[in-house]
Amino acid sequence: MNLHAPTTTRTAAEAALIDGFADRISDLPGDADVTVRRDEALEQLKAGLPTRRVEAWHYTDLRRLLSSVPAHKLETDAQAVAPLIDRALVLPVVNGVAANPTAIEGVSVSRLADRLIDGDLTQRLAAAGPDDTVGAINAAFVSDGYWLEIAENAELERALELQNVHSGGQVHSRFAVKAGAGSKSTIVERQTGTDDVLVSSVSHLDVGDGAEVLWIVLQEQPEAASHLAQFTASIGKDAKLTVFIMNSGGKLVRQEVRVVATGEGSEFRLRGINLLAGETHCDVTMVLDHLAPSTYSTETVRNVVTGKANGVFQGQIRVARDAQKTDAKMACNTLLLSDEGGFSAKPELEIFADDVACGHGATVTEIEADHLFYLMARGIDEKTARGLLVKAFLAEVIEELEDEAVIEALEEKLAAWFAAHG
Amino acid sequence: MLEIRNLHARIAEDGTEIIRGLNLTVNAGEVAAIMGPNGSGKSTLSYILAGREDYEVTEGDILYNGESILEMDPAERASAGIFLAFQYPMEIPGVATMEFLKTAINAQRKARGEEELKIPDLLKRVRAAADELNMDMSMLKRPLNVGFSGGEKKRAEILQMKLLEPKLCVLDETDSGLDIDALKIVAEGVNSLRSPDRAVVVITHYQRLLDYIVPDKVHVLYRGQVIKSGDKELALELEKNGYAGIIGEAA
Ligand SMILES: Nc1ncnc2c1ncn2[C@@H]1O[C@H](COP(=O)(O)OP(=O)(O)OP(=O)(O)O)[C@@H](O)[C@H]1O
Ligand SMILES: [Mg+2]
Repeated sequence: MNLHAPTTTRTAAEAALIDGFADRISDLPGDADVTVRRDEALEQLKAGLPTRRVEAWHYTDLRRLLSSVPAHKLETDAQAVAPLIDRALVLPVVNGVAANPTAIEGVSVSRLADRLIDGDLTQRLAAAGPDDTVGAINAAFVSDGYWLEIAENAELERALELQNVHSGGQVHSRFAVKAGAGSKSTIVERQTGTDDVLVSSVSHLDVGDGAEVLWIVLQEQPEAASHLAQFTASIGKDAKLTVFIMNSGGKLVRQEVRVVATGEGSEFRLRGINLLAGETHCDVTMVLDHLAPSTYSTETVRNVVTGKANGVFQGQIRVARDAQKTDAKMACNTLLLSDEGGFSAKPELEIFADDVACGHGATVTEIEADHLFYLMARGIDEKTARGLLVKAFLAEVIEELEDEAVIEALEEKLAAWFAAHG
Repeated sequence: MLEIRNLHARIAEDGTEIIRGLNLTVNAGEVAAIMGPNGSGKSTLSYILAGREDYEVTEGDILYNGESILEMDPAERASAGIFLAFQYPMEIPGVATMEFLKTAINAQRKARGEEELKIPDLLKRVRAAADELNMDMSMLKRPLNVGFSGGEKKRAEILQMKLLEPKLCVLDETDSGLDIDALKIVAEGVNSLRSPDRAVVVITHYQRLLDYIVPDKVHVLYRGQVIKSGDKELALELEKNGYAGIIGEAA
């Protein structure tokens, strides 16, 4: 099936991926089944990268935007970075290679490469469909990552930070976390590095019954990075998942969020902050399935756009026939700081149950001149005043996290971004 | 301290002239009252002093301590010591009042080459000022002016003024919306700032405020010009006879 590219000529990026596969495959971990999956994934890529004609990629023409793909780098001088939250336990993947795990109380940790070898991950490698290009790129090239199992009822006192750091080239990592029933944890997924890079990163989270997880994605790639990420999760009965995503870097960013609320009474919150500068194109695409009754979800995405940056939020909420009493609210608000930037929001509700409350809204605003004047009239210089107003625009989403250490850490990230780009 | 010479200004957006050849001098140590009918241009004048971009000066000049401020942005004017207590203070959601005060005070200190205030010092000052104005500190935990009552907003303006210690204070109808007790408290707040190196410009419609803050001079603004100036007796006369006589005289 040739869904994506009607043309026969490959782009430079397509060629680099496809030709690079032959060179890489002998170094990639996995048993025979995994190799079959990798080949399937490659076949999918051979059909071409998706263009705007593919609905899921309508606002992000990957074929056009992924203009080049750097070669895989063997040498690296990359290093793990200090964790976002003080005292967090860092699990680093450096240029696609995980460290041998150390023991963590209440968590069993293994390298993903090992799980590929013993076959545990094979099922997960299958792409979710013909438009799952992120999954396919990652399945073809994934080299390592971590596999975590949080014990039932374990309450992790310290956050875990999964780091995907690099010094350029290509990085294809995967994290799989199983949060046992009744467990509580905070997990940071850190995406950062230096230099020109293509990153594909896929995370799986399984939130057990009654468990609570705060998953923070902090994407701060260098300016020239292409960052393709996917987060998938299922939420069990009476379980709670908050996914907080902060995008503040990269040239081409696609962050997919695919969540299935499988358990009755489960709660899902998506909070997104997209800080977009320069010529960034950043796309957050969420597909949320409410499968069980009495499930609750809210999605709030706040964007700050400067320079010639462009943002996209696609939020699709599907409520199954059985998912009565679903309550879902989605909002996407953009603060536009430049005339040359833009943001497209596409909310989509597909509701098959009849007793539900679902709503969505999108706004685009500018900094209010009156507010700016008031602050400046008290002696606050223009840049600082604008910074206060940007922070005010985002405050609600950050403060909702409640944990002081997390709030402070994120506010610092915000301040640093604003100092550099505001 | 303040010298406005033949000032003409218009609304930037549509070019409507609001200030039409206004002259006004306010000396250091002086309290000047500005009165005038609704729509005569009092708030516009105060905004122009503070540097609001909605208005364009087309002619004339504003000298502050002998130097033109027309090229200065609002933050620079504030740091130079000009303070405007707004007729309608704005609500700014998401900006914590305490953080705002800290940022403003330290921005001005920095601009004047003074050291930044540390949090404990700052808190002490804020608490003392709030006490004098009979304000509850819990209000300051809220976002800036958000949900404040009309009177609370006016007090919050005076609180800022006390903390920022400006040299030229412009109060635009600070008395409106205040109950009798609050009026006294606010007036005391203003009087406590009176000093030989400071000037206060009070825009008001009512003699009541001027009973507490006794002006040295009273200026009547009409259609964008000062049409009459006098001492505090002029305010009493206006209270009794209204503007009609003066307007007629000027025409
Ligand atoms: N930004 C603006 N846009 C349109 N009209 C304006 C603007 N600013 C001022 N005006 C007009 O200019 C005139 C003067 O307004 P201003 O607010 O200065 O009056 P004032 O003397 O303060 O009145 P009041 O006593 O009612 O407060 C009014 O007719 C007002 O409608
Ligand atoms: Mg007015």
